[in-house]
Amino acid sequence: MREACDLVIVGAGPGGLAAACRAAEAGLDVLVLDQQPEPGGQVWRGEARKGTNRLARRWLSRFAASGARFRPGARVVAAPEPGLLLVEEGPSSLAVRYGRLVLATGARERFLPFPGWTLPGVLGVSGLQVLVKDGLSIRGRRVVLAGTGPLLLAAAATLHAHGGEVLLIAEQAPAARHWGFALQLWRYPGKLLQGAVLSAGLVGVRTATEAWVLEARGEHRLESVRMSVSGREEQLACDYLGAAWGLVPNLELARLLGCEVSGGAVVVDERMETRVPRVHAVGELLGIGGVDQALISGELAGLAAAEQPVPDSLEKSWRRVRAFAGALALHDAPRPELRRLATPETLLCRCEDVPLSALEDCTNLREARLYARLGMGSCQGRTCGAAAETLFGWAAESVRPPGLPARIGSLRPPAEPPPTLKRES
Amino acid sequence: MREPGAKAATSVTLRINGRALTVPAGTSVAAALALAGDLVSRSDLAGRPRGPLCGMGVCFECRATVDGVPEVLTCLTPCREDLEVVTDA
Amino acid sequence: MNTFDCVIVGGGIVGAALADVLSAEGLSIALVEACSIGSGTTACGMGHLVAMDDNAAELALTAWSVALWRELRDELPLAVEYDACGTLWLATDSEERAAIDAKVASYRGVGVRAEVLDAAALREAEPALSPGLVGALRVPDDAVLYPPRAALHFARRARDRGARLMPGCPVHALRPGSVVLENGEALAAGHIVLAAGVASPRLCPELPISPRKGHLLITHRGAPVVHHQLVELGYLKSAHGSGGASVAFNAQPRVTGQLLLGSSRQPGADGSHVEPAILERMLKRAADFLPGLDGLRALRVWTGLRPATPDGLPLLGPHPEKPWLWLACGHEGLGITTATGSARLVADQLLGRSSAIDSRPYAPARFLASMTPLSEAHHA
Repeated sequence: MREACDLVIVGAGPGGLAAACRAAEAGLDVLVLDQQPEPGGQVWRGEARKGTNRLARRWLSRFAASGARFRPGARVVAAPEPGLLLVEEGPSSLAVRYGRLVLATGARERFLPFPGWTLPGVLGVSGLQVLVKDGLSIRGRRVVLAGTGPLLLAAAATLHAHGGEVLLIAEQAPAARHWGFALQLWRYPGKLLQGAVLSAGLVGVRTATEAWVLEARGEHRLESVRMSVSGREEQLACDYLGAAWGLVPNLELARLLGCEVSGGAVVVDERMETRVPRVHAVGELLGIGGVDQALISGELAGLAAAEQPVPDSLEKSWRRVRAFAGALALHDAPRPELRRLATPETLLCRCEDVPLSALEDCTNLREARLYARLGMGSCQGRTCGAAAETLFGWAAESVRPPGLPARIGSLRPPAEPPPTLKRES
Repeated sequence: MREPGAKAATSVTLRINGRALTVPAGTSVAAALALAGDLVSRSDLAGRPRGPLCGMGVCFECRATVDGVPEVLTCLTPCREDLEVVTDA
Repeated sequence: MNTFDCVIVGGGIVGAALADVLSAEGLSIALVEACSIGSGTTACGMGHLVAMDDNAAELALTAWSVALWRELRDELPLAVEYDACGTLWLATDSEERAAIDAKVASYRGVGVRAEVLDAAALREAEPALSPGLVGALRVPDDAVLYPPRAALHFARRARDRGARLMPGCPVHALRPGSVVLENGEALAAGHIVLAAGVASPRLCPELPISPRKGHLLITHRGAPVVHHQLVELGYLKSAHGSGGASVAFNAQPRVTGQLLLGSSRQPGADGSHVEPAILERMLKRAADFLPGLDGLRALRVWTGLRPATPDGLPLLGPHPEKPWLWLACGHEGLGITTATGSARLVADQLLGRSSAIDSRPYAPARFLASMTPLSEAHHA
């Protein structure tokens, strides 16, 4: 199957939606691709059905009215030439020709290995939140959350609201840094509101700073966790553990396209255009910055794609959210203790079952891949790559197609090739 | 698995490892795995059980066979009527 | 200054195998590698151990080398993934089918077991293959393995005998009696062996080695089982054709349950980027042989650069102009297969011994000798 459009947007979270709205409203033919069945991305997951978040509702309605087209369940697997994406949608394959591209691929959680982290019932912080939003019954279930930053509180609020018994919210950061961050929120009214709502929902829930998980225990699934709380160990029987420390941008597609990445973020100009012409990047790809940064950068990219002028207010908002992103990055840095949780037997690569001990003689990621199969499995190193960077300081390797595991047929141009694609006999 | 007070939703019935399960529309297959048994989606190379981790299509831990297609990410797949899910655990 | 009996430049599978052989002879060895052991072309190849009969010299070296690998099999760690799956050379038409008989004779002539499978026997042996194939040549003693770990095994065995492994040490220059590293350090060497594959001409510009790029694809672990390494008989045409880019069907079952797919050849092509048009041609060719291919899930696609010589044979032996320099490079696509034999041939010459096979067809002098009178004239 083939598609053509003026602007293709990969990712239907806030950044992608904002870009789509601005560009489609200006008359561009816009196509939005997302892996999920509905628009909204991770942060607004399920909002297309429930509509409980006012900001999400506003943007999703605007998107629905914008004229932009949405393709759910679409995974970009290759970018064989400028202006062409190969996409997999369930059992079918799709080739998308585009004039411009906005990357809005968002972020994933940073997972760090600890003993027992492969047990069923141990999920990410947002991972557990997402499953609950998607229908996992948490009522009456005992939950421990270990992580850092605002997402930890957001997840706790969701679980609490769905009837989960949140036993402990373990924030890794020391009290001073934690509260310093909370105080920073005061300088930004939008953030303050968000924080206040979250806190209100969590009355009576135990929180601790300088706290993290040491071990998850259980026979066939999670039964209990061993925690370090302000220097003391304690054991808690529980049904679910959400454990992850901050976010890392999903840079794979940007790297596959050849976009310059510096300091863990895609390099863009004031039009959110990357070093690759006609390819823009927005949202978490620019460095973790949350919903506001995603919306504003998305609007800027959408306007640029449609060659529209940028309102002054948007420029100002952009500078403000960038300052917030800087504070967040500082706050989210995993503390050194978290790098030492894994024992020699703990699996670092969950796809190829590579224990930490297998990496003893490896001095970089390439050796770990070649000698120990680290990151050679289905997730293509998305989980263990970020962990290895935190644990050992190993830099990511270059990304090659397929950007995601894909049917071989999806990597081949479609049966009826677009006119500019010369096919060899 | 619907929460009290949630909007009335039509439910769908699917089968996980041959067992019929009725869930509210909009439930993801990954979330439904908890009903089918301990949130297990697959087994690792040594045969140990694994379940969803990231919930957002990144970690591939939640993969299972859905309607005969292997390695489908269940966290991105909504439950549908008559869906046939087979976990590899 | 550090002093060694022999400094080997290049820690790919050939250099590592040579370090293994020479250290076993009691020589003090340094194995110098710009990046990591086995991380260059070695890490990019399919890892086939295959007897190839394109010409007598190729057959002699490959058959001997495959036999040497077989002798090693029991001591190879599991991670090397040695799998004696054998090779099926696939005939697509009656012309290729007719060529099989001559090949059986040539293999048997050097002691390599070979047998003919008719169309029915082929279908029984490999039901996943296209039913249109007319037969195959089976070479049961061929094998596949995982090359980076094989190189690492050789290197570590050498290290355990006292050899010094020096990964992460790019070489600046080769001088009579010494190897100068980019960090300024110089290693004094009784002998220097250049085994740097495609990088060899950088240190020795007169070598007739040029890169020949190839693409590979590996599937997820749940691939349908094929039982042999599968190669189309047209492979030899592709492998040694001069012209432009070519593709040929080549598939391997891996012990992980994955399917490894090749192959392509682009003479002179450089750079590691995946070329979609070549990949498409390669996959289309593969799908002709494996009809279910498009439904398999691809995990990774990558490329590698084969160090090709004009006649397709490696350079093994003394540099005719530089008596202090030995060459073990230019293996094109047969570096993994012939690492064992290449290491023996070079070690035997370096130690002044005779070899199990005639070393002359691989002598670097076949290309470099013509330079000798020229430079002598220059000096005169």
